[in-house]
Amino acid sequence: MDLAYLWFFIVGFLFIGYFVLDGFDFGVGMSLPFLGKDDTDRRVLINTIGPVWDLNETWVIVAGASLFAAFPEWYATLFSGFYLALLLILLALIVRGVSFEYRHKNPESKWKKWFDGMIIVGSALPALLWGVAFANIVQGVALSENHIYTGGLLPLLNPYALLGGITTLVLFFTHGVVFITLKTEGELKERARKLAIKSGLVTIVVAATFLVWTTIAFGSVLSGAVAVIAALALITAYLLNLRGREGWSFAFMSVTVATAVLSLFLALFPDVMPASNNPAYSLTIENASSSDYTLTVMMWTALIFMPVVLVYQGWTYWVFRKRVTRQSVLAAAH
Amino acid sequence: MEWLDPLALARWQFGLTTVYHFLFVPITIGMALSVALFQTAWYRTDKVHYLQLTRFFGNLFLINFAMGVVTGIVQEFQFGMNWSDYSRFVGDIFGAPLAFEGLMAFFFEATFIGLWIFGWDKLPRGLHLATIWLTWVGTVLSAYFILAANAFMQNPVGFEMNAEKGRAELVDIVAVLANPIATNQFPHTILGSIMVAAAIIVSVSAWHLSRNQNLDTMRPALKFGLWALLGSGIMMFISGDSLGLAMVEAQPMKMAAAEALYTTSANASFSVFSIGTPDGSSEIWSVRVPGLLSFLSTHTFTGEVEGINDLQAAYTAAYGPGDYAPLIWVTYWSFRWMIGLGALAAFVAVVGLWLTRGNRNPGKWAWKAATWSWPLPLLAMTVGWIFTEMGRQPWIVFGLLKTEDGVSPGVTGLEVLISLVAFTAIYGVLAVVEAKLFLKAAQKGPAPVEMTKVDGSDEEQPVLVGTVY
Repeated sequence: MDLAYLWFFIVGFLFIGYFVLDGFDFGVGMSLPFLGKDDTDRRVLINTIGPVWDLNETWVIVAGASLFAAFPEWYATLFSGFYLALLLILLALIVRGVSFEYRHKNPESKWKKWFDGMIIVGSALPALLWGVAFANIVQGVALSENHIYTGGLLPLLNPYALLGGITTLVLFFTHGVVFITLKTEGELKERARKLAIKSGLVTIVVAATFLVWTTIAFGSVLSGAVAVIAALALITAYLLNLRGREGWSFAFMSVTVATAVLSLFLALFPDVMPASNNPAYSLTIENASSSDYTLTVMMWTALIFMPVVLVYQGWTYWVFRKRVTRQSVLAAAH
Repeated sequence: MEWLDPLALARWQFGLTTVYHFLFVPITIGMALSVALFQTAWYRTDKVHYLQLTRFFGNLFLINFAMGVVTGIVQEFQFGMNWSDYSRFVGDIFGAPLAFEGLMAFFFEATFIGLWIFGWDKLPRGLHLATIWLTWVGTVLSAYFILAANAFMQNPVGFEMNAEKGRAELVDIVAVLANPIATNQFPHTILGSIMVAAAIIVSVSAWHLSRNQNLDTMRPALKFGLWALLGSGIMMFISGDSLGLAMVEAQPMKMAAAEALYTTSANASFSVFSIGTPDGSSEIWSVRVPGLLSFLSTHTFTGEVEGINDLQAAYTAAYGPGDYAPLIWVTYWSFRWMIGLGALAAFVAVVGLWLTRGNRNPGKWAWKAATWSWPLPLLAMTVGWIFTEMGRQPWIVFGLLKTEDGVSPGVTGLEVLISLVAFTAIYGVLAVVEAKLFLKAAQKGPAPVEMTKVDGSDEEQPVLVGTVY
């Protein structure tokens, strides 16, 4: 049973990886209408994540599969319960991914405009809905004795969950814009920095409200302490961006996303999906997990392969470490 | 209301999204291998036409890859969304190969494909070549794990029932991964994927050659495609035969349903074609090969093949009253179409190699036939999977859980209907966009490679730039 607790944190780690990485992809996608003045700018913006968005998105597939394997009850309840929200996320991820790959296949501006729109919607919708979903998990939902979600769609759109959605929306937006300051240069970079100053302020206010609400209503001492770290990291990232230290600013944005997600997982602990109607119906780490044998097999697999994954993904980021410039995009036009 | 039945809608949705997803999967697996081979040829010979082929088919590969990626996420989420009771029942076992697939295969593909697309001018040539091979390894590993997961549904092994939790639990991961259905299905699937890609390469090159254009690239591409199609086609029959034996062992009902064989027979014949009563239970006219079904099932012409009626009686005794036969007309015809279309594709390769021997130029009709032969292996694989999955019914996990008991109890028919409509609409639009892009890129032909002198050297090098959005 101890292994189940370990797996709770492995699943948490995978979701942290997903939100830190695909989080800035969402932000870059959402920034197109704000920063993409002309087609070349938009291509620079998309190219900052071009080589990596697919590997970033893969983190959610691995997180989902690990959830399925380690906590089948949680996976089954969550995915069937949050049906329409997940459907929207899926549709958004589909149009976003296809748009990245297809927008440059045709030089017509109408074609590109259409796919730009799809990228914006396909980035904003998941950024919003992941927050709504996770806030609902932390808050708890109505479950039957057999762990079946009984609430329907409307109860999921409560104030706390919507605030959670807005939090991830603005947090990922700022995360992505700071990423752009790190990956571009010149006038575009400067515009991104100024945009991050504005959006950063909104993010601080919204995220602080959400984390305080979470800590007071659902949190523990530990989750509260981690939430404080998240808030401090966010403010630090903001100040670093003010001074134009984009590398460090992005690093602290990543710490912010990671600790904010960790704080939610800690607030959840030791439940995985609390039942708001009757605590006895709650899904917990213990009653939702797989057998010890399965968790052992999976643990060894994760211990062996996760470091390998981190090494080759880190190397990939190193290969593509250079800033994307207007010149390089224009030179490669085809 | 009948049409809001969550079970029927969830089954239609699974069928639709899976068939659709699987149009892109074999192209990805087969085309990644072909592109890797073209690039290896360029690496070793420095001949520019191999580089052109690498980039040309690489482009077609990528147009298709994007669709495979985005439709794949739906597959994983769908188990929990529409089949949550199934997920609860098998998650302890079924989740592990999915997690392996993500950790070992999906990360691999997704990372190295990005390095391949954008790494042309950033990585040394040898390392860049390695990235496309690693991408292919990722696709193949992914195929193995998902086939192992599927094999558990066909032939559950390596588990014990936990009565208290009401679920199957994993006790032997090696048995699950070495499931004979998986080890036999794997080569069958990979070879089929190579056939699919080879047929597309044949079709595209035949189209250009029939117009007498791009001869320096399209001639070698045609030869490559024809030989790959023939080679994989021959091995496909061998792998199909051994998969058939494993299937008879695990699911005798599926083989009986493939032939609509109602009574247990020794020396059972195989009908190539038949006309029967609408319910398929009795036959009006047929063309039969004596002993062939016995041979397929037992490798002897006189072996006994169990019939549907006896199996139905045996299953009723074992699992209680119920209908344990799949839809016979579906299994009967999908089995025949799978074999027929696959054989036709291999036949195209033989004829094509004969007609183009020693650089001969065949007639217009032959180019036309070759150009239109690309769907053959893809359709064969599609009906093959329809046979495999429909032949498993009424079970979702053979002998353990029925499909009707796997559906999500908390999800309403309306919700499933909404998602079914949404997926159908978006998949339909994307199919049109994808087909247009694929056709346009295929008809444009390989781009010429510019040569420039690199600083400090008299040798000319091809200009290489990374793909930029």
